[in-house]
Amino acid sequence: MSLSLTLTLSLARPFLLSLLGLSLVQAGTPGQSVIQRGAYLVQVGGCNDCHTPLKMGPKGPEPDMARMLSGHPEALKMPPAPQLPEGPWMISMAATATAFAGPWGVSHAANLTPDKETGLGGWTEAQFLQMVRSGRHLGQGRPVLPPMPVQNLRAATEADLKAIFAYLKSVPAISNRVPAAVEPVAAH
Amino acid sequence: MRALLAAAAAALGLTSLAAHAVHAATPGAPRLLSQTGLYASPGRVDARHLAYAPQYPLWTDGAAKSRWLHLPAGATAASIASIDGRDEDAWVFPVGTKAWKEFRFQGRKVETRLLWKTGPSSWIFASYAWNEAQTDAVLVPESGAAEAAEVAPGRGHSIPSRTDCRTCHGEGRQTELLGFNALQLSPDRDPGALHGEPWRPGMTGLGDLVARGLLRGARRDLLTRPPRIQAEQPTTRSALGYLAANCASCHRGDRPLPGLDLDFRHTSRIAREADEPGLRTTLGRPSLFQPPGLSSSLRLAPGQPDRSALLQRMASRRPASQMPPLGSALVDEAAVTHLRQWIAALPMTPSH
Repeated sequence: MSLSLTLTLSLARPFLLSLLGLSLVQAGTPGQSVIQRGAYLVQVGGCNDCHTPLKMGPKGPEPDMARMLSGHPEALKMPPAPQLPEGPWMISMAATATAFAGPWGVSHAANLTPDKETGLGGWTEAQFLQMVRSGRHLGQGRPVLPPMPVQNLRAATEADLKAIFAYLKSVPAISNRVPAAVEPVAAH
Repeated sequence: MRALLAAAAAALGLTSLAAHAVHAATPGAPRLLSQTGLYASPGRVDARHLAYAPQYPLWTDGAAKSRWLHLPAGATAASIASIDGRDEDAWVFPVGTKAWKEFRFQGRKVETRLLWKTGPSSWIFASYAWNEAQTDAVLVPESGAAEAAEVAPGRGHSIPSRTDCRTCHGEGRQTELLGFNALQLSPDRDPGALHGEPWRPGMTGLGDLVARGLLRGARRDLLTRPPRIQAEQPTTRSALGYLAANCASCHRGDRPLPGLDLDFRHTSRIAREADEPGLRTTLGRPSLFQPPGLSSSLRLAPGQPDRSALLQRMASRRPASQMPPLGSALVDEAAVTHLRQWIAALPMTPSH
């Protein structure tokens, strides 16, 4: 499998996952715990689509649940993004579906597990809310980069965002330092 | 797909992230600047307000600025409420405090910002855009106003969104007036401060605040041992002062960003250069940022400006790397030159 795929695969991924019969958590129902609500929202929001690396399985690419929500693998050093020819193709994607190259440069899916050093372990709920509301890295920095649909997540209620954060704090912590974003070549 | 393109446009700086924010309209902010209490009569600032100039100004695309603070009436009609200065690093302002900052480009007033303390833990943030006739300014929407003034060919100054106001000034009880604090108003002003504005007669400062009883609870030797960046060399003092003013609203030890351990905030507890966080948390420390053409960098690489991520990011106005990430469209070239020279002169084996 080539290292880069096109956006088409990215958009098709939630559908592919459903074909594979993968259910990361069971959908919550009213009255269940906040964490279960968060798990439900993470599933239907497709967070795993980018934040859990794909690995090659017997039936093709499948999420590597041993690295659930841990973002772009630290060990996977990406070569320079392919230069796409003039035309309608815009975005390239790593085979893990955790790194994306486009007009904004190269973005890497963040580690959403509660690892203290490399994930959300050191985050407060207020910081998480600020990140979503501001659309800024760490709540105060550069814009959160595509394909993270932070502009959609911003429409979530505060209760739902808190539930998502509570769930993310409850999953197994995985130490994985995701590389920083890389600027577009044209900008250099 | 539309969501992806919208995110891409925001990341590329083509649209404001906050333009999509879901917020109610600012409660309580008057529609016109002339209704906020800044002026005693049209065009004439109320002489009771305290004019001030921080010794280390924030870079805003080279804007000329004027600033005023209003303290509300005190317990008696003739008195003025005072600032609680017991914590030198976090003054507490009385409810009713207002602070205005006027921004001018090419001699024209473009915007005036207002911070208004309406309760013990509530502040109103408002920005006003000046009209063409320069007679008054109108409240801008929550999402701010793009391209309010051209600051260079093809580059516009944008009035920040309310979300961006809070990004720097904080929220609730933690809201800060960044230019009105002990270091910024210290009588021990840094003659080498970048873009330093002269203190003019009639402006307030620490001495004035203490003499008029407007600052209570401050240490007794505040004026004989005034706040000062601790640095052995003048260039280090002005560099750290610049970083404190331009970076420390986000990068600060008392409210750390997760996983960064990056701090530029000078506090009253710092007594020697080696303890200045702008050095302690940067010198020789690896950076996640990858400068163009390099596989790795340090936050501050003594003697090597090109390997110093701090300088690379200051010199960028590309959305993915610019620092500060908001509030300016132009690189502060004077600051980049000053910090480049400072970093180049730092000893390769730092003594810190």
